Amino acid sequence: MSKTVAIIGGGIAGLETSIQLEKLGYDVTLYEKDKALGGHAGKWDRLFPNRRHATEVIDSLTSRIKDKVQINLAATVNQIKRENGSFLVEANGKSQKADAIVLTTGFELFPANKKEEYGYGIFENVITSAELESMFSSNGKPLMTNGNNPAKVAFIHCVGSRDEKVNRPYCSKVCCVTAVKQAIEVKEAIPTSDVYCFYMDLRMFGPGYEDLYKEAQVKGVNFIRGRLSETSEMEGGRVLIKAEDTLSSKPLKMTVDMVVLMVGMSPLPSTEKLLKDLEITPNNDGFVQVKDYHLEPTHTEADGVFVAGACTGPNNITDSVNAAHTAALEVHKYLTSE
Amino acid sequence: MVNFGYTTLPTHIHDMDKADLGLADSISFEDSSFNLCIACGSCTSTCTAGAFTNFSFRQMCHQIKRGENSQAIAESEKCMLCGKCTLACPRNVNTRNIIRLVRKANQTI
Ligand SMILES: Cc1cc2nc3c(=O)[nH]c(=O)nc-3n(C[C@H](O)[C@H](O)[C@H](O)COP(=O)(O)OP(=O)(O)OC[C@H]3O[C@@H](n4cnc5c(N)ncnc54)[C@H](O)[C@@H]3O)c2cc1C
Ligand code: SF4
Ligand code: SF4
Ligand code: SF4
Repeated sequence: MSKTVAIIGGGIAGLETSIQLEKLGYDVTLYEKDKALGGHAGKWDRLFPNRRHATEVIDSLTSRIKDKVQINLAATVNQIKRENGSFLVEANGKSQKADAIVLTTGFELFPANKKEEYGYGIFENVITSAELESMFSSNGKPLMTNGNNPAKVAFIHCVGSRDEKVNRPYCSKVCCVTAVKQAIEVKEAIPTSDVYCFYMDLRMFGPGYEDLYKEAQVKGVNFIRGRLSETSEMEGGRVLIKAEDTLSSKPLKMTVDMVVLMVGMSPLPSTEKLLKDLEITPNNDGFVQVKDYHLEPTHTEADGVFVAGACTGPNNITDSVNAAHTAALEVHKYLTSE
Repeated sequence: MVNFGYTTLPTHIHDMDKADLGLADSISFEDSSFNLCIACGSCTSTCTAGAFTNFSFRQMCHQIKRGENSQAIAESEKCMLCGKCTLACPRNVNTRNIIRLVRKANQTI
């Protein structure tokens, strides 16, 4: 009888792990709490670094999943128990047996209203980077709440990242390049617009990312080195923002039509419960602790429990796919060595 | 012929071979949060004193790290110790304590 692997979460990491394990001959049970597969990436419009449509990537993954994957949608795994060397995975009141577990539960967007001084949820034209993606998907451009094109847009880096005050001391890694990508897209969609990025450091760590930064510069995106201290609302839904222009050592204020908060990638609170069930302690930032960052990046300290994707910390799609491949191979090694 | 040579006007460069980093060392010894600053400018932009003067906590710290101690000490007098910057700092730099240490250095010089 072939062995069963339960994969918790149907984002990029969960999909890729399912594909690989199915190819290796396992019965795969994939749980996804939403009604659709794809996770966060399924909600993005176009992807860095090459600005292809996110749907291309998601469709390619879902089309490669075959019959031996049992897909459970709208199925939130709320408990995992160990029983006689295997696991019992519980979702929607039903328990199913599995011989190994792969956690691919991903992340949550930093709840922007926690940084009250930035005015999210209070001022109408303060939005998140994720909401801007939705605007690009549905309108092809950002729109103010009154239906007008914004003439001046400010991107605010590091919202809910690198910030001890909201208990998120780590860098979320992908928001710099996302801001640069979105800034280019705003410029292209509304060529007369003025676009500003307020940054502390620009972390362009991946292939093609520095090129995007250069492209943004050439297209006239302005970069101001300073962190937003506060916003206030002006007439007509415009927003006044304040920062220090650290390169000229002067406080700076600016009225803009739209503020885009580059929200970070935070640990998903519900994952903590599953970690408790499996006796895995989260890492300092609250993400899943992997066994060895260099040598066993998809192992956990719990036997038979593997991990891939953004539930281990901020990452991009390439990282998720790479980790998924590794996790699938490690599951295979684990199940054949018994 | 003008000789551009390799000499530089001493007042125009940070000569780190000659910089007096004693104050920086003593502050970071007494309160290591001084070292955690990432120069984001949130303190400066929320600063109560900065609304009326050109005071910048960020810049003052930087001056100390480059040995421009007398400027930094003079600057520190502008702070009103209101603590707004402490609330804004993403790195939990203990800003008012740093100011206190800078002023204390002034008294002991
Ligand atoms: C604004 C923004 C833009 C980005 N743009 C790009 C880009 O252009 N290019 C790029 O490479 N990367 C981009 N990224 C990063 C990318 O989104 C992530 O790398 C990727 O989504 C991680 O995939 P994942 O499967 O690990 O996690 P997720 O996408 O979070 O998927 C996890 C899935 O698990 C499900 N789940 C969680 N818990 C349970 C449970 N208990 N039971 C059942 N299901 C559960 C969730 O519903 C979710 O569907 C961006 C990130 C952000 C924040
Ligand atoms: S990637 Fe950039 S915007 Fe995101 S947390 Fe890191 S430095 Fe800030
Ligand atoms: S404590 Fe001093 S430096 Fe900080 S905000 Fe108040 S006046 Fe400015
Ligand atoms: S707010 Fe904190 S980290 Fe930012 S410049 Fe001021 S002291 Fe440095």
